[in-house]
Amino acid sequence: MRRGKGMKFVGDSRIPASHRKPNIPKDYSEYPGKTELFYPDFLLKEWLVGAVFLVGFLCLTIVGEPPLEREADPTDSSYIPMPDWYFLFLYQLLKYSYASGDYNLIGVLIIPGIAITALLLAPFLDRSPKRRPKDRPIATGFMLLAVAGIIYLTWEAVVTHDWETAKQQGMITEAAQDVEIDTSHPGYEIYQAQSCLSCHGANLEGSGANPPLIGTDKTEEEIMDIAVNGIGAMPAGLFDGTEEELQQLAEFIKSVE
Amino acid sequence: MLNKLYDWIDERLDITPLWRDLADHEVPEHVNPAHHFSAFVYCFGGLTFFVVVIQVLSGMFLAMYYVPDIERAWDSIYHLQYNVAYGKIVRGMHHWGASVVIVMMFLHTLRVFFQGAYKKPRELNWIVGVLIFIVMLALGLTGYLLPWDMKALFATNVTLNIIESVPIIGEPLRVLLAGDGAITGAQTLTRFFAIHVFFLPAVLFLLIGLHFIMIRRQGISGPL
Ligand code: HEM
Repeated sequence: MRRGKGMKFVGDSRIPASHRKPNIPKDYSEYPGKTELFYPDFLLKEWLVGAVFLVGFLCLTIVGEPPLEREADPTDSSYIPMPDWYFLFLYQLLKYSYASGDYNLIGVLIIPGIAITALLLAPFLDRSPKRRPKDRPIATGFMLLAVAGIIYLTWEAVVTHDWETAKQQGMITEAAQDVEIDTSHPGYEIYQAQSCLSCHGANLEGSGANPPLIGTDKTEEEIMDIAVNGIGAMPAGLFDGTEEELQQLAEFIKSVE
Repeated sequence: MLNKLYDWIDERLDITPLWRDLADHEVPEHVNPAHHFSAFVYCFGGLTFFVVVIQVLSGMFLAMYYVPDIERAWDSIYHLQYNVAYGKIVRGMHHWGASVVIVMMFLHTLRVFFQGAYKKPRELNWIVGVLIFIVMLALGLTGYLLPWDMKALFATNVTLNIIESVPIIGEPLRVLLAGDGAITGAQTLTRFFAIHVFFLPAVLFLLIGLHFIMIRRQGISGPL
């Protein structure tokens, strides 16, 4: 038997326009207009599109450095968790009182379950042969509603999240043991006595949303001002020593690199 | 030369039908952006696949450095990102690809949905598509833990608590995924690693294979 090219094959891989599968659309060649061979003409165009896409994608990776927070510390109970952006809508849903607590089941099982099941069964729910969106208003309507819901919930999650704190709480800090703390410095005693330590840590390493003070880029004047007047979530009036102590405190904090 | 080689192989293995199944078909006008610009919506599926390929390749390079162990996972990522030449790019591609693939897949799903392309005879391919969607989300979820940084650990904690709160199956499912009923720790990391790198990709490749076979069988849906 002669094999290879020239052999007759049964069943073209193109759509058989035969009676065996009456519901199958017509052969491409029966569509009106200009069909094009996939290989090589169309494939070349696809590669061009792919190349442009790849360049854009690589620009994105060069511009946006992938984030890495500090190493996981299970003991840090003040950390506010945050999922990746495409789960934000679920995260937000579970914040509403009718989808959490006693109604948790609604948020974690019923709403997502109905959505996924409806999506899976879409071909069996929307059975008419009509394909244009406006000829099947129910399907179109539900999908638009779902997309709008996802966008709204994602948006809500983004605007209610405290991004500044989130950035602080995850920052990679220099390992505390690498930093020399001069505990004999007069400022250190003040640092302890004025309760700075309780939030910013014994080694100035920070904790949770409270930033580390190691190698700060603030000036001594700014440090003094913050100690007295607070900044962001840090309240004012934490410092109640003398002017001289304040100066020593600022010098001490500035000295830790 | 190449033709000769092709003939030599073809004579023994009869590869022409394979070739024909893969590449010898026509592209109808209505899906060809060269004829109708609006046909770019038909590119979303192909671009999704392109990003999947990027994810697989960049993931293989990540695996050259990554250590799935709570003592060293973070250090290995840190080392890759800040000390290894082009490590930032490799990690960046996998990181951004994970987001871009979701976007492309979402657009592809909307294209198929709003064109009613899931209707008879393409119901099965739609179902395979939704399963792919779920697998991709699960890949994102398990991959998020692997760098073992703060956001990874705490987001995964939340996820596991949500899973646990499902009645009846919740608790055993958590133990299965996390390796422990309460702690998100060493066991969790190795399990998520195995799921992210072996289990889910295996399922994904199977489903994508089915997806493509069905598309070639049925052809793309006709013009609206
Ligand atoms: C990794 C993810 C996926 C890849 C790589 C992929 C790839 C593709 C490709 C290349 C096509 C050809 C037409 C086009 O490009 O638009 C296609 C068609 C199709 N896809 Fe996907 N897809 C994916 C996910 C999905 C999902 C999530 C769904 C649905 C929930 C889906 C449902 C379909 C259907 C029903 C068709 C046939 C459409 C038609 O004949 O007009 N796919 N897919």
